[in-house]
Amino acid sequence: MADEPKEQQPSPVPAGEKPASGSAPASTPPAKPATASPAGGVPPKPAAPVPPKPPVQLQTPLNNELVGRVRAKFGTALVEAIEDRKQAILTVECTKLAEVSQYLRDEEKFDLLSDLTAVDWPRREKRFDVVLNLYSFAKNERLRVKARAAASEPVPSVSGVWPTANWLEREAFDMFGIVFAGHPNLTRILLPDEWQGYPLRKDYDIIEQDTSWVKENLGIESGQ
Amino acid sequence: MATDTTKDAREKQKTLLGADELVLNMGPQHPSTHGVLRVKLKLDGERVIGSECMIGYLHRGVEKIAEHRTYQQFAPYVDRMDYVAAVSNGLGYCEAIEKLLMVEAPPRAKVIRTILTELQRIASHLLWLGTHALDIGALTPLFYCFREREEILKIFEKYCGARLTTHAFRIGGLQYEAYDTLEKDVERFCKAFESRITDYEELLTQNRIWLGRTKGVGILKAAEAIALGATGPVLRASGVKWDIRKAMPYAAYDQYKFEIPVGTTGDTYDRYLVRMEEMRQSRLICLQAIENIPSGPIMAKVGKVLKPPPGEVYHAIEAPKGELGYYVISDGTVQPYRVRIRPPSFVNLQAFDKMARGHLVADVVAIIGTLDIVLGEVDR
Repeated sequence: MADEPKEQQPSPVPAGEKPASGSAPASTPPAKPATASPAGGVPPKPAAPVPPKPPVQLQTPLNNELVGRVRAKFGTALVEAIEDRKQAILTVECTKLAEVSQYLRDEEKFDLLSDLTAVDWPRREKRFDVVLNLYSFAKNERLRVKARAAASEPVPSVSGVWPTANWLEREAFDMFGIVFAGHPNLTRILLPDEWQGYPLRKDYDIIEQDTSWVKENLGIESGQ
Repeated sequence: MATDTTKDAREKQKTLLGADELVLNMGPQHPSTHGVLRVKLKLDGERVIGSECMIGYLHRGVEKIAEHRTYQQFAPYVDRMDYVAAVSNGLGYCEAIEKLLMVEAPPRAKVIRTILTELQRIASHLLWLGTHALDIGALTPLFYCFREREEILKIFEKYCGARLTTHAFRIGGLQYEAYDTLEKDVERFCKAFESRITDYEELLTQNRIWLGRTKGVGILKAAEAIALGATGPVLRASGVKWDIRKAMPYAAYDQYKFEIPVGTTGDTYDRYLVRMEEMRQSRLICLQAIENIPSGPIMAKVGKVLKPPPGEVYHAIEAPKGELGYYVISDGTVQPYRVRIRPPSFVNLQAFDKMARGHLVADVVAIIGTLDIVLGEVDR
């Protein structure tokens, strides 16, 4: 439902209320009039006044009791607390990650580390987000904790807090090259030890990877 | 602490030269490893004193592939992770993207999804039971299990044309309307299946060899299971009554009555009992669901081009193996910025070392089986 009016918008009113998706409208308009005009479906569409959609802010600041307690305990180490699609997200200072984790496990009863992963934002100064998805059996609640880390910056390991993190951090190291300080055995887990590069980084070129592999192993110029 | 290095050196020497210890490589071609799992076992005679899982032989970089596909194009890939429970994978993915798009599948689609997913749970557990029993030395259950699994796969085939990697669901609902005799087929299967589970139980539950091979093997206490992040039947057999279908209902699970079976000791036998009971409960869910499939559309109104508003979502479902989570980030374009798949098998496998220590090599086979791992999902 949300998508249909959006697709029609470019032809009647170039409202331009979405400056972020610059490339997207550019690709849709040429296709739209071409198909719409022979069908004769054009007149009804401008007639129906498309209500200008209020810009929906999906990421809203979160300020519940949990956030209050974390803020009281850690102060500025809690960088940001937001809610996205009803899911709570806390961003904490990278250096404080282990302490915050310990607190969340012991005091706030987030005893299950569902998942630990990372996201690469190469244009940002601190390019990595280390993302922890926590769950509390007592509260039946999920919480996401993020820490931003620069490429060379070691992230405190939380494997001492949740032993689950052992393999999950190894995977994040394997795929992103994030170094977790204090990890008992930080080696590659899915890829071979001699692998070059970190595949889930955004600047990891899969074509380049393929080409160098076929050159080395098959002696041909390109596998494509 | 200061003697760490010398201790390490001594350890190394012991491994290389000591007559009382042996390092044994099990797999990746070992039939009991259910795929390409390689386990490095450190043995003292027949006893396991340490282990290390070497994984990644089946790594395909699914998460990287996702960043180069549109949301719809990526959907078939998730079927290839846990390839014996493709329907569950698809459900998790579709629901995650629906959450990201802030749309909801229509009630009819939800119910049909629930029926197929529960059938898939039974099929997955049947495959586990057959192979697990085979590993331990009981040959007969395998044939029975595959006979019933076949019936389920036939239903899938009738519904969407595929048996294994079904791609049964679409983002926003379903592509295919339920075929005419779906309810009847499911009902017939469920009616017959009740006595079939009893048959399996007659073969195994009181079987002395089965008891000897599974009781007290691979014990995982509740606190350990939680600390290691184990989910699904592995966690429940340790006595933690947690099932995402109840805790955070998705699809149409909030409409049906079912029990969450839990174990007490967390050994291999308990995990067996929990999964057996889960099959019974899944059967009940299917029977309740076919009684009243709401009419109406099967597809929510989603555009042909999916561009979820920027943001992120984590959505987890109770797959047959445990918590299957999708963490998806949208940057507002047609391709996901990041798709992270939280695989239950991968995390559960981490408990292997804890469970295997102190047991015999033969028990390692039972422990791998009881974890119910699928390497396609471990390695992704």
